[in-house]
Amino acid sequence: MMLNRRQALAGMTGALPLLTGAATDDYRIDPQPVADGLWMIHGADEPMLFANGGAIANIAIIATPAGTLLVDAGPSIRYGHMLRKVAETLTGQPVVRVYVTHLHPDHGMGIAAFDPTIVAALPGTIADMERDGRGFSDALYRLLGDWMRGTDLALPGRRIDQPAEDFGGRRLQLLPLAGHSNADLALLDERTGTLIAGDLLFLDRAPSTPTANLTRWRESLDALARLSHKAAIPGHGPFDPGGTRAIAQTRDWLDWLDATLRTAVQSGLDMVEAGTLPIPDRFATMAAARYELQRSVSHLYPALEAELLPRVDLPEG
Amino acid sequence: MNRRKTLTTMAMSCLLAAGSIAPARAPYPADPLHSPMWTAHAQTIFGDDPVRFDPRVKVSYPEIAENQRSFPVALDARGLGPDLGSVRRMLILADLNPIPIAIDYRPDGAEPYVATRIKLDQRTPVRGAVQLADGQWLVSGGWVDAAGGGCSAPPVSRVKGDWAQHLGEMRGEAWPIADGASRLRVTFRHPMDTGFVANIPTYHIEQMRVTGPDGRLLGQMEIWAAVAEDPAITLMPRAHPGDTLSIAARDTNGRAYLAKVTVARQSPLPAATGATGR
Repeated sequence: MMLNRRQALAGMTGALPLLTGAATDDYRIDPQPVADGLWMIHGADEPMLFANGGAIANIAIIATPAGTLLVDAGPSIRYGHMLRKVAETLTGQPVVRVYVTHLHPDHGMGIAAFDPTIVAALPGTIADMERDGRGFSDALYRLLGDWMRGTDLALPGRRIDQPAEDFGGRRLQLLPLAGHSNADLALLDERTGTLIAGDLLFLDRAPSTPTANLTRWRESLDALARLSHKAAIPGHGPFDPGGTRAIAQTRDWLDWLDATLRTAVQSGLDMVEAGTLPIPDRFATMAAARYELQRSVSHLYPALEAELLPRVDLPEG
Repeated sequence: MNRRKTLTTMAMSCLLAAGSIAPARAPYPADPLHSPMWTAHAQTIFGDDPVRFDPRVKVSYPEIAENQRSFPVALDARGLGPDLGSVRRMLILADLNPIPIAIDYRPDGAEPYVATRIKLDQRTPVRGAVQLADGQWLVSGGWVDAAGGGCSAPPVSRVKGDWAQHLGEMRGEAWPIADGASRLRVTFRHPMDTGFVANIPTYHIEQMRVTGPDGRLLGQMEIWAAVAEDPAITLMPRAHPGDTLSIAARDTNGRAYLAKVTVARQSPLPAATGATGR
């Protein structure tokens, strides 16, 4: 087929919005009501990709008599600005507090759009972001390009050292936990009994482990299971109306992952082979399962080898 | 390449382009990965030996380069079968790394399989090249996207400062597999310094040999600093349950490493069967 010049130009123009998608397209932020005065924005259940602009983490919006609260702020300043507008339009009240649940950039880079004095995190999270934030920022710019434009690393200005915070009568319990990272904040909205769990909980999306300590993570899941919450917002995946499924599924995956990688080391598999091991059918509903298994092999395998393979060097070798 | 050879090459290329006569032997086949370094590396590594791309040489790695300092790669030539003759050498290389070759392995008395972890300095083709006894090279591989910097970032143990305390620690185990072979895994604590980090000279394990109980050489390899810090290597030496394998290595400072690993009596646990089967 021959194209004449006009057709070629028309074709190019037509293709332009695709090529420069980030410049003309925008994040689609669609908060869904999940409880009284509480909305959840469901991030894409995918790896971070240019196509999703890095908007993969779930975010909570809470209306209180004292103003609007956000739990997590997305991957970029652009997302943060849009999020604030969406949230304030929804509640008719300005954002007065932004909680960052942990250090990972899909949850925290968007705080660049907010006054640091209203952004709160656990002290351990702030220290982690100070140490690793620059590297995360580089990685996100590489992956997301124009979506990240103008996003500088910002640190939360408030250190969480109290067990709860009250906003005109709506009280949030602040639970300092760990395991997905060194410091993981979970919040319990006392009015509705909704647990906002950050990345301690994943649902129908495989848990990620770049900074995980599986033992501490399971202890945190025990602590969450003891709460008398009615529903849960996981860090990734759909709303959990019963509040128990996400806990059970996250624990099931972590237990399976730990046991599988240990068996793999003890069976003599190398890392490539361990990343190709079959994933049980019961995890078929989980998005990004193979991707996260291979990432977890990279994160966890060397330490398991050091733990499980015996020392064999001879003295004065 | 001398002038006559160059001219011959050009003439052959013309014939190829015209699609008329396939030459008996072009210098190197066109690279399916279109790597800018293909010809340069081919000249260095393959010289005048015949080369072809062959998917039966399996180069496996994860879908994502999660850690550019330590990227798992397995090179498996068992799919070639015995009819092509024995495998003499196996190379793992990354075209666009400043140190392209990671491992140059001779599986003298071993199944043609080697796995390790390498550094990635940028997005690059990662390849396996296998040389048969008749001299021909079979090549396979693919592009791997990576954030980069794996060769120029300081090793974790240098940053921590504890590398010298653990230098030379080796771990390992061996298990029987089918057909009189075993699966040997060995890990070393070693910084594997590339020389690209400020004021830290090149320092890496450069040679490893595996011998059987009778002293027979089962496999030997040259190792470059493109292999990740704290190297982990998987091989398949021909050895039986109860055989004790000796693993001897040496680094660029002349430090010697020696370990003994006895092949277990038991086959691998069931989890291994899916991934280890041919």
